[in-house]
Amino acid sequence: MVALFNILIFPGFLFLGIYALLFEYLDRIIYARLQNRMGPPWFQPLADFLKLIGKEAVIPAAADKHVFPALPVVALAAVTTAFLYVPIWSGSSLLPFSGDLIVVLYLLTIPTLTFFLAGWYSTSVYATVGSMRALTQLFSYEVPLFMALLSPALLADTWSISGISQFYGAHPLYILINIPAFVVAIVACQGKLERVPFDLPEAETEIVSGTFVEYSGRFYAVFKMAINCELVVVAAIVSAFFLPFYTANPFIGFLLFIVKTVIILFILAVFRSVMARIRIEQMVKFCWKYLTPLAILQIIINILLKGVLPL
Amino acid sequence: MAKNVVIPIGPQHPSLKEPACFTITLEGEKVVNAVVGTGYNHRGLEKACEARSYLQDIYIIERVCGICSHIHSTTFCQSVEELAGVEIPRRAAYIRTLMAELERLHSHLLWLGIAGHEVGFDTLLMYSWRDRELVLDILAMLGGNRVNYGINTLGGVRRDVTPEQIEKIRKVVDIVEERNKYYVQLALSETTLAARLGGIGKLSHDDAIKFGAVGPVSRAAEVADDIRVTDPYSAYDEVPVTAITDNHADVFGRTVVRVLEIMESVKMIRFCLDNLPDGDIAVKVPRKIPEGEAFVRTEAPRGEDAHYVRSNGTDKPDRVRVRAASEANWHGMKHMLEGDYLADVPIIIAAIDPCYSCTDRAIVLDNHDTGKQSVIDWRTLREYSINWYKARGIDTGKIKIADSHLIF
Repeated sequence: MVALFNILIFPGFLFLGIYALLFEYLDRIIYARLQNRMGPPWFQPLADFLKLIGKEAVIPAAADKHVFPALPVVALAAVTTAFLYVPIWSGSSLLPFSGDLIVVLYLLTIPTLTFFLAGWYSTSVYATVGSMRALTQLFSYEVPLFMALLSPALLADTWSISGISQFYGAHPLYILINIPAFVVAIVACQGKLERVPFDLPEAETEIVSGTFVEYSGRFYAVFKMAINCELVVVAAIVSAFFLPFYTANPFIGFLLFIVKTVIILFILAVFRSVMARIRIEQMVKFCWKYLTPLAILQIIINILLKGVLPL
Repeated sequence: MAKNVVIPIGPQHPSLKEPACFTITLEGEKVVNAVVGTGYNHRGLEKACEARSYLQDIYIIERVCGICSHIHSTTFCQSVEELAGVEIPRRAAYIRTLMAELERLHSHLLWLGIAGHEVGFDTLLMYSWRDRELVLDILAMLGGNRVNYGINTLGGVRRDVTPEQIEKIRKVVDIVEERNKYYVQLALSETTLAARLGGIGKLSHDDAIKFGAVGPVSRAAEVADDIRVTDPYSAYDEVPVTAITDNHADVFGRTVVRVLEIMESVKMIRFCLDNLPDGDIAVKVPRKIPEGEAFVRTEAPRGEDAHYVRSNGTDKPDRVRVRAASEANWHGMKHMLEGDYLADVPIIIAAIDPCYSCTDRAIVLDNHDTGKQSVIDWRTLREYSINWYKARGIDTGKIKIADSHLIF
């Protein structure tokens, strides 16, 4: 019964969904305020979601009848599962086990793969180009992102997100060592979440909306939801790694979680509003030329420090 | 991908504000072939002009283009005035110049926003359109409308500028100048923007001349071609004009030319306001225009605008020909697109500041061998269009059309 509550209500499906809608609202309002606009009312993401649910969902005649509707659900399920391993109200997550970092990183790769498959199975030219871009982009940002998250783990000597969070909670000054990894992680997250400047797979003015061009109605609503949830999960992971401040009191800890994730969201939204979309070959070059070496440098620093620091 | 992919950009596409079809052949993400297909928006304006009086034609001509509406009506009025042998009062000439420069301000700010949007930089769109709104308010105050001001008439202008309005214009111009300084800095130094705009849509000095490019497209390739300088009209013989040129010859250069032109326009507006002569704002033009023909060129925000008017001694023109700026810039488009990436296609198209409906013409093709004209019926035409799209990889044949639509 408790497990069911955890999975469906808190911190699982329902909480994540509501928080994701709130996050979308915050993202949009920050983006709008930075652009000198009013921005939407607080219920706009929910209204959009409900409206999409009520719309007719069209499956293209040439698309695969079974894979096409299943993909959004797979994306949402993967993201929701990943959320169970992220610390929320304390330094520990709901179901911590050693090695959950690897599991979460792989679970977070699944949405990108579903975007690729969604574009591929839609068989539209725009969607095909979008899916090729999604995959190319995956190969560029995934390596620096993994390395940026693994280097703090090296120093903490654990593969569990909760363990890492607790380690840095106990040694708050060590966070400063990981600042390059933090920068790499924030930039790579933009790629993972497909936001400007890395929103190439759905570049509206080039390939209409890329991978999602054939998606409509409830399928698209679920995809949108999965993307918003992914935003929450990524912000939560980054805050667990690089902002590991928590208290024993679950209530204050929960408020702290919200503050931390909103800080990450604010950084992401500022990125989104001050940059232009770059080209795919510029994206690949940037990720391999600058981000990856920076992440490798961080790993080397952490390995060296591990021998020096009293741990 | 070894196989080439054919992607249609248009006729309906989020990056195009009006219908046109660009058939892009891709090798990976690189454009290997581009076919520019315009003609979706033919409105028959030239023919409509022939059936109406000169005064009524101003109303039609103003609607050739939504953005450069004033410059089209100026060009038409100038042609008719030339035919009638009428000299407009200096005050009217200054007011026309003032409106033309305000129009250039709003057109260039609009373009800057569109360019930002095409490269995914929506913040620039929101900022520049916010500032454009100030200019539109001024235009609405002067002419009564936001885009079709209707201020021109044969022999002068219809509305005078009052001293209070001059004060308001000065205030807005100061704000626009201040904000534009920021855009100049942004265009010249923002890294992602420079990375996206630099080196794409190349049209070199020689190519610009070969393809007959006009306006900011040619000026970005160091072709100092500005009608305001080379062939002054309205009050440009007195207003100091500097033709802005740049040597980048790409989309980045076109951006630089446009943002710097805003600065020039601001100076010219100030000059017009300072030196506005007193006197009448219009003279009478006879209803019947003497026989003859006139060809007038002006500098629209998008480049050279040319009108040809032929009169036959009645109150209606015999022939009106409009050559909008975009029509001259389309010819180099294929050359600009090929060799660049798919991601650059929308911004390269947008960089000429295209106006599709100004350009679209109906062309009658007679059978070359027999010299006979033929008529094809609706069904054959539909069949033809389905096959045309099929050849480009799109099957529209499955769309059902109720038979009631086919009765004619």
